[in-house]
Amino acid sequence: MLKQTEGSQAVAEAIALCRPEVVCAYPITPQTHIVEGVGALVKAGKIENCEFINVESEFAALSVAIGASAAGARAYTATASQGLLFMGEAVYNAAGLGLPIVMTIGNRAIGAPINIWNDHTDSMSMKDSGWIQLFAETNQEAVDLHIQAFRLAEELSCPVMVCMDGFILTHAYERIDVPSQEEVDAFLPPYDPIQVLDPVEPYSIGAMVGPEAFTEVRYLAHEKQLQALRRIPEIGAVFKDVFGRQSGGLIHSYRTEGAETIAVALGSVNGTIKEVIDGMRDDGAAVGSVSICSFRPFPLDELRAALVGAKHVVVIEKSLAPGLGGIVASNIRMALRETAVPVYTVIAGLGGRPITMNSLREVLEAAGNMRLPDVQFLDLDHGAVEREILRAKQTRRAGPTAENILRNLGHAAVAGND
Amino acid sequence: MFQVRIHGRGGQGVVTAAELLSIAAFLEGKHAQAFPSFGSERMGAPVVSFCRLDEKEIRLREPVTAPNAVIIQDPTLLQSVDVFQGLNSDGFILINSTRTFDELGIADFVAGFPAHHVCDVGASELAMKHVGRPVPNAALLAGFAAISGQLHMDSVEDAIRQKFPGAVGEANVAAAREAYEIAAAA
Repeated sequence: MLKQTEGSQAVAEAIALCRPEVVCAYPITPQTHIVEGVGALVKAGKIENCEFINVESEFAALSVAIGASAAGARAYTATASQGLLFMGEAVYNAAGLGLPIVMTIGNRAIGAPINIWNDHTDSMSMKDSGWIQLFAETNQEAVDLHIQAFRLAEELSCPVMVCMDGFILTHAYERIDVPSQEEVDAFLPPYDPIQVLDPVEPYSIGAMVGPEAFTEVRYLAHEKQLQALRRIPEIGAVFKDVFGRQSGGLIHSYRTEGAETIAVALGSVNGTIKEVIDGMRDDGAAVGSVSICSFRPFPLDELRAALVGAKHVVVIEKSLAPGLGGIVASNIRMALRETAVPVYTVIAGLGGRPITMNSLREVLEAAGNMRLPDVQFLDLDHGAVEREILRAKQTRRAGPTAENILRNLGHAAVAGND
Repeated sequence: MFQVRIHGRGGQGVVTAAELLSIAAFLEGKHAQAFPSFGSERMGAPVVSFCRLDEKEIRLREPVTAPNAVIIQDPTLLQSVDVFQGLNSDGFILINSTRTFDELGIADFVAGFPAHHVCDVGASELAMKHVGRPVPNAALLAGFAAISGQLHMDSVEDAIRQKFPGAVGEANVAAAREAYEIAAAA
């Protein structure tokens, strides 16, 4: 049913439609309204046979989900930012054990300095944990990806993170088609686990594996991701048959026919990028964009096919690998290996800085004019950075960088002053 | 696309106001995107929310910097925040106040806007009268509908009832109706 609602609330309703049996969450910051909404639905008796477990930390949240999943229950949790880091050990365990947990990440920055706003650093910190990572471009896609995620996770017995931009999507109120229970039931069969801890037929999960077999177990985790590369588009096609709309898949190309410059990004910024592409196309520029929905597994072949005809590929990414540059851009370079297509990194939207159409247009035009450096920080205040570098050179006891920068910019919000 | 920016203080329902606006637009078959200025909100601190209205899907995710209308829930913000920043010269201004523009110190500024595009409505007083609490957003939404012509009063009322079911909703609808009359006559 079409409704005007908040992204988090719509996802909570989508989770309920997926009939989870155990939902565990640590319900304070950094948390979204999603588990709050699921909790309310459980309490109101709207989700049958579902236990909502309030735990004492994010580490416990995912650990309980692991236990529940190993006992054969459909398990769900959500977190963001430092919460994801705090559950880090369990994140790797869930993947290593092959447990099909679905978890929402309401993407946010990682401190220090303390920052509650949106970027992708949290999900990126776990990109190689063995979880499938799907990024939603809109709240509609966030709803749809969660429904697909349970099917994908359970078919492959592999956990799936659905990543949606914190605040920008989670707190946005917009038109969303929330499916009916009948539609979801037709698409998502009951959970049929490949491994269950059952006292009637006892065995252990999580044994120690030495050098003789560890590589083989890891290889199979990689192979599972390669299977996901095939299953993700297939599941997207089945989804379209049942729900009548295209959602998910590996990548989405937008106006890339004949495009000389192609922007590549994850998540909600693709909406703004499309507006920029339309404006530039109207002015005669040969530009297009590609939205990556599946970041893990990473669709090397599809991206190569989509980008190989371009003269410039500009990766707009909301995360930073200090000392290297771009994480997504490095992956794109892997897709374009043995081609001559240059890949530029634009670090943008860190810690919630708005990514504007004007700034995006500038970098895309700069790429077309061969004026874009290898790594560019969008809207970086060069003056503030240079003043701080100079200050730090002049005195050994230069003090804390973040507070210095704030003072330099004339912001009162130094530590202790809220 | 029509863009609205709402200024108020934490606790006044600034975010709810943008959501209500988007629901009313949705009920008319429009696309609408409401979102708060993201931050750690505190009671009494300046808060901003946004709403975009369009006939087609809204893909843009940048904050609203050039609004077609600003709604000011607390006139004391006029002294501390540049609430008119980026406002089009033919835009709309709605202020929650019973004081004249002269008394608010903005008479010269608003003189540059078309007649009937600028309006003040004592929305907090109307809310006190009908709802019993100084929550101005339902009345201001009706005032916005009256001066901008972007929304029908019917959908404003339906949106209020959807967001606040029961007696609270009806009380807010009553405040909204009175605000609509005042703004339409201004």
